Amino acid sequence: MKKNRNVGIVGVGQSVYSSHREEVNQPEMIHEAVVEALEMAGITMAEVDCVVHGNMELFEMVHQPDLWHTLGTGAWGKESLRVTTGGTTGATLAAAADHLVASGLHDVVLAIGFEKLQEGHTTGGITNMADPLWGRQLQTGALTGMTAAQMIEEFGAERAKAAAMAYRILMDANAMKNPKAHRRLGLRPDQAEELAANSPALVGELRMIHMCSQSDGACAMIFASEEKARQLCAQPAWIEDHVTAHREEMFCLFGNAPVLTTHRHCARKLFARNGIRDPRREIDLFEMYDPSAWWGLDWLREFLLLEGDEHLRMVESGAIAMDGDFPVNPSGGVIASNPIGATAMVRVAEAALQIMGRAGGHQLPRPVRRALASGFGGTMWTVLFLLASDTERQAAA
Amino acid sequence: MELTPDLRDCFTVPGKLALPYTYFAGRIGSRFLLALQEEHRILGVRCAGCATVLVPPRATCDRCQADLADTWVEVGPAGRVENFTVVRYADRHVPEPVPLVLALIRLDGADTPLVHRLGGMDPEAVRVGLRVTAVFAAEPRDTLLCIDHFRPLAPQPSAAGPRPQGG
Ligand SMILES: [Zn+2]
Repeated sequence: MKKNRNVGIVGVGQSVYSSHREEVNQPEMIHEAVVEALEMAGITMAEVDCVVHGNMELFEMVHQPDLWHTLGTGAWGKESLRVTTGGTTGATLAAAADHLVASGLHDVVLAIGFEKLQEGHTTGGITNMADPLWGRQLQTGALTGMTAAQMIEEFGAERAKAAAMAYRILMDANAMKNPKAHRRLGLRPDQAEELAANSPALVGELRMIHMCSQSDGACAMIFASEEKARQLCAQPAWIEDHVTAHREEMFCLFGNAPVLTTHRHCARKLFARNGIRDPRREIDLFEMYDPSAWWGLDWLREFLLLEGDEHLRMVESGAIAMDGDFPVNPSGGVIASNPIGATAMVRVAEAALQIMGRAGGHQLPRPVRRALASGFGGTMWTVLFLLASDTERQAAA
Repeated sequence: MELTPDLRDCFTVPGKLALPYTYFAGRIGSRFLLALQEEHRILGVRCAGCATVLVPPRATCDRCQADLADTWVEVGPAGRVENFTVVRYADRHVPEPVPLVLALIRLDGADTPLVHRLGGMDPEAVRVGLRVTAVFAAEPRDTLLCIDHFRPLAPQPSAAGPRPQGG
């Protein structure tokens, strides 16, 4: 990607993620994240030039919430944009903030993603995304058993189910280290069989325990030009590159399906543009938008351009655990916390925190020089970010 | 481009969306509602940063980002009509028979106006600057309709009385 100037992430703020936040209204909840991000960056709203705000369309049944939310965002009198690209909204917000700073339009941009899923009716919103004449009757929202069925067919029921549950339990172990995570269940590996048998089935072998939460929460991030970022932060997380791809999934049904997934497409493009030949070894960490354990497991293969069963072996061997050679979602990921309009931003934010060394209880034990973060949404929409530390950039130069 | 499109045999697909929601009022909004329900008192918050009393209350000042959570002040129950509109069009979403007056009422002691219904007078006689006061609902309600409506402080031509001519 050609950039007019470099952009660094210098502040991250997150509200607590929870199933219910009755004690705060929307701008109050957002304000918690904004205050934390400003504190980390060591600035006030006076130094922010522009506010980018987003969430899922209509999820709280509020039109143009960015206007009303000015009470909590600090956007009064500032330039402001609203971005709403479904599940990827949070990552698209980060992409928009990067563009605004890289272009030279603004030096400091605050990006905010939020959702209060308990206030609205999410499945009602999601199922309305398809063409009313040709595809809407087939929409089931975010629940699909297709990946489980495909993996069972490819690898056998026993191995596929065990790997999906191992992935789920590893993610919960990570969430237990993140005090802001919504679902922290304290699952133990010896519970795998019992969970697989007793967790309610949603669609086919997609069970409740595999699925992401529905959370209330907000995330805020501060993006600064290189000059400003160096003044504000000892170790900013630099935005190396990002790629967005999407397609209308109904087209597959009509015999026009591209073989390539948007994940694999984005990964190929991102790695080629940045000279990455062996992502598993050249990247230290991956914060993946994993809506379910089945998807998380399957998408490892797509994002890392793996063949055969290597993705299963990465989970079975514990390579994706915090002390493994390719840690995935030290935050606990989307299965633990899913305030949708914030979720994809949290991936970029958590990857940035790891590079900045500010992830707290779930900070990786070794330096993170290069991190990947992905966003996902309907219909088949991927945003893939590559972040880097100063060490990585000096090595590359 | 056809200037007169041919619309013969063109189907339309009817649909309907349900938009259910549950708004979380938060602590600030809830405190305001409780004071209305239990004490018939109207509360605002005072921002020391910009010396403004804000009604409805809010947790943060949008201008100076000050925390307003513990800056409660009582306002009203009387106030001044800052502006108003007369709803004359009956539609399914209009909650009561028309004509109906919606007014921006700045309560005594407040710097910002509250939207509410104005009743107990002829809609044609409402003027900016009119002094009004809150009439609380007999039954407690979970919304701003704890105040049923605002009525004029001084006797006005009644709604049932003769309407002005013309207009
Ligand atoms: Zn103020």
